[in-house]
Amino acid sequence: MNAPFPPRAKKRLKIATATLGGCFGCHMSLLDMDERFLERAKLVDFDRSPLTDIKHCGPCDIGLIEGAVCNAENVHVLREFRAHCRTLVAVGACAINGGLPAQRNPLDLGGLMRKVYCDRVDETAQIPDDPELPLMLDKVYPIHEIVRIDYLIPGCPPSADALWKFLTDLIEGRTPRLDYAHFRFD
Amino acid sequence: MSEILAQLMLDGHKIAFEPGQTILQAALAAGVYIPHLCAHPEFEPHGSCKLCTVVVNGRNGSACTIKAMPGQDVLSDTPELNLRRRTLLQMLFAEGNHFCPGCEKSGNCQLQALAYDLEMFDPHFAQFFPAREADGTHPEAFLDFNRCIMCELCVRASRDVDGKNVFALAGRGRDTHIIVNSPSGKLGDSTFSIHDKAGQVCPVGAILPKEVGFVRPIGERLYDHDTIAEVALREDATWREGEK
Repeated sequence: MNAPFPPRAKKRLKIATATLGGCFGCHMSLLDMDERFLERAKLVDFDRSPLTDIKHCGPCDIGLIEGAVCNAENVHVLREFRAHCRTLVAVGACAINGGLPAQRNPLDLGGLMRKVYCDRVDETAQIPDDPELPLMLDKVYPIHEIVRIDYLIPGCPPSADALWKFLTDLIEGRTPRLDYAHFRFD
Repeated sequence: MSEILAQLMLDGHKIAFEPGQTILQAALAAGVYIPHLCAHPEFEPHGSCKLCTVVVNGRNGSACTIKAMPGQDVLSDTPELNLRRRTLLQMLFAEGNHFCPGCEKSGNCQLQALAYDLEMFDPHFAQFFPAREADGTHPEAFLDFNRCIMCELCVRASRDVDGKNVFALAGRGRDTHIIVNSPSGKLGDSTFSIHDKAGQVCPVGAILPKEVGFVRPIGERLYDHDTIAEVALREDATWREGEK
């Protein structure tokens, strides 16, 4: 009488990934899945990502964001991802709490820029002001302080196994969870 | 008249206690872990971190300060309490600069281990990013106030065990901070030694011994394989064995 629901046909999912203020370490971890990545690639298509070189994100099922929000361009990219991704995932320490880029936060930004670009033996020493360069933000922000985030994968970077487990859970429709060995902040 | 048994109910299980024990001590002795941060078996309970909050006969209280009594019905491992504990941890993470990948204590840190145990994925709240100082003047120890959680374990250890009174809390509210008892306010000018109890007791990476940094690499550390519950129960058993 209580017949189970018939299984739905598997649909190909679209995934987009981006690095804001980060080191691409989390993307390296993604590639670290090795042949499992190819297996996963049979089920998903990649939209905007450093792996595809597509410049703008279209409608996607899952968006993965690595890195913290450091400048105006990061804000644009992040908002574009939030607008187009049904599920947005913060990947790694920088995206979750600011991480390494946020270590500049207790310091004055102007003083920092002068220290880096002006305090050197160079006749043209000045803070770069090309209009194409995105403006720095006053502070570095974790991405959840700019847009709503659905899931987070901690780690610096999260291991390939952690990413695999998390994405597999997500793609197969389970609530993602990490076991103790893969729940790492370092 | 029949004797009243020294037993209480913890999460629906009967556990025996010795008169004088707190609920936390009784639970640990019975092999049940209650998350805690500022409590330490060798010191007077402090009751400040509130992580060990349990419900005793319908009322909230700190398991580290409430004495175990017959007839108590204690709830600890419930979704509501664990959610509140996680929120407390998130507040601790958001109000300091806890950057785990750059911390020598990572893997040995109780704050981090509790976050692992309670599955704290993010700090949830907006980060304070406070401007706090670090003090490298002492030859044996590095003092990094960015990671201090004001548990006062170093204050208690220095005062009660070492008899030196090197550390104290100053300021109020979010301006609360640790100060060092020396003419310059620097650790290097104080009577502190890394072999003091105060040098060993920091649960986070605020008081770090120098020259040992990554001798034990990340991935092979205390909480990398064992949960804080396993470590705490093991350490409590060792401590009680030593007391006998």
